[in-house]
Amino acid sequence: MIRFTNVCMKFHGRAVLKDFTLEIPSGETAVILGGSGGGKTTMLRLILGLLRPDSGSIRVDGQELVGLPERDMVPIRARMAMVFQGSALFDSLTVRENVGYRLYEERALPEDAIERKIIESLCFVGLEDTLEKMPAELSGGMKKRVAIARALACSPEVILYDEPTAGLDPINTHLVNELIRRLQKEERLTQVVVTHDLETAYRVADRLIMIHRGDKLFDGTVDMLKRADDPRIRTFLRPHEVLATPGCFPDKDGGIRVVAPTLDEETPT
Amino acid sequence: MTTSVIRFDDTLKGYVFTVQEFAQLCATAFAGAFRRPWYLRDTLYHMDRIGVGSLFIVVLTGIFTGMVLALQGAIQLEPYGAVQYISRLISTSVVRELGPVLAALMIAGRVGSGIASELASMQVTEQIDALRAEGTDPIKKLVTPRLVASLIMVPVLTVITNGIALLGGFLIANLYLSIDPYFYWTWAFEALRFHDLIYGLIKPTVFGFIICMVGCYAGLNTTGGTVGVGQATTQSMVTSSILILMSDFFMTKLFVFLG
Repeated sequence: MIRFTNVCMKFHGRAVLKDFTLEIPSGETAVILGGSGGGKTTMLRLILGLLRPDSGSIRVDGQELVGLPERDMVPIRARMAMVFQGSALFDSLTVRENVGYRLYEERALPEDAIERKIIESLCFVGLEDTLEKMPAELSGGMKKRVAIARALACSPEVILYDEPTAGLDPINTHLVNELIRRLQKEERLTQVVVTHDLETAYRVADRLIMIHRGDKLFDGTVDMLKRADDPRIRTFLRPHEVLATPGCFPDKDGGIRVVAPTLDEETPT
Repeated sequence: MTTSVIRFDDTLKGYVFTVQEFAQLCATAFAGAFRRPWYLRDTLYHMDRIGVGSLFIVVLTGIFTGMVLALQGAIQLEPYGAVQYISRLISTSVVRELGPVLAALMIAGRVGSGIASELASMQVTEQIDALRAEGTDPIKKLVTPRLVASLIMVPVLTVITNGIALLGGFLIANLYLSIDPYFYWTWAFEALRFHDLIYGLIKPTVFGFIICMVGCYAGLNTTGGTVGVGQATTQSMVTSSILILMSDFFMTKLFVFLG
């Protein structure tokens, strides 16, 4: 279980998370929705202990992460895996070495068991034939799937996804969504998916949380989100309806700002 | 007025913070060499990249430095009829100053900026975070092997530069100034004292440390995407070159004081 209690986080004086409280029970796939720069990725980094909050408490299975020294983070991170936005495969290693990275480092398993794990993970994402390739030889979608295989290889209890489908074509988006769903249904893993892609969100979520400028705006199911009344949520879900007129831009508080063209006055002669 | 004071205060704090962070990185990287896991394979790989990879440029640096010293030295020594002793001039200036400094500057250009851009790219593509997420200490995995490799290979490369510079000087002395080979080599070694050799090894060790750590620091602290990668590379090159020249002065001062 992952629990945020009154977490505050600032970057360069700008609040990214404000007094944020959230609980994600084990076995649940929670989707964190929100616009860019809204503090979603920060949440994942906080769960992994890659960032430290300014105040508040973050617990994973009851273990407090805040104030924990880097060395003590290692056993906690060992139970988690993250799929980074840009896949973050290690450029200098082959797909095999990337997927088996943690197993090779830990040296807890014999070589053939590691090999079996690697192939098993790659089979799960359908890329068992790329073993000896370098990441540079793979397409964006394949990289993302290898990243998921790398996350799976160490049999984690929690998988964190940072924009898993951003920049992918429809086929790869579908493949990645289905992988997340299989892990949800078959393995009952705890998954936190950060995304701004509504299709992914609707497809994989047990529960949706929407963040807006560091505040929790919504917490509930897909149906509840679709019926939500908040103008900020409506703008996010149906921008084509709310911002239909040219010159309309969303306002900070969910209102609409109309910018009239004033170029003529400003144009230097 | 007040804002400029505040800005100055912030800049000053920024510098102090950078120095503190740099010192912390150095200490962690150094301590990493004495803790498991050792990453021996990575260390050997970087020794090959830094050492064998830089061989060609330090050989060229050495040979042309030696040759130009012989040419210039001959002009200076001729009025005193001391052209025969040109190897004294070459060997002392190369072993004490030019060999270590020029080799270090060349290696900073090739290796230091390479380290900075590689780590910077890893930083902006989240690979450093991925390492941490996989339970690996990125300083131990990335910085320590490079540091150990630099500390070993930069002195080795410097010794090679020195040797080649003496050889370059010999080519000009023998072919152009018609100095007897025996005379050349005898005076080349006669001029050196034992502690010249020791100091000549301490300097490149310090330079190796500077090249590697400045490159790693610049790389690991990169922000701002691909623009940041370029900045980190330039910054590491400029900073390490200046630090090499500055530390060279202070080390020479210290060695002169020690005798």
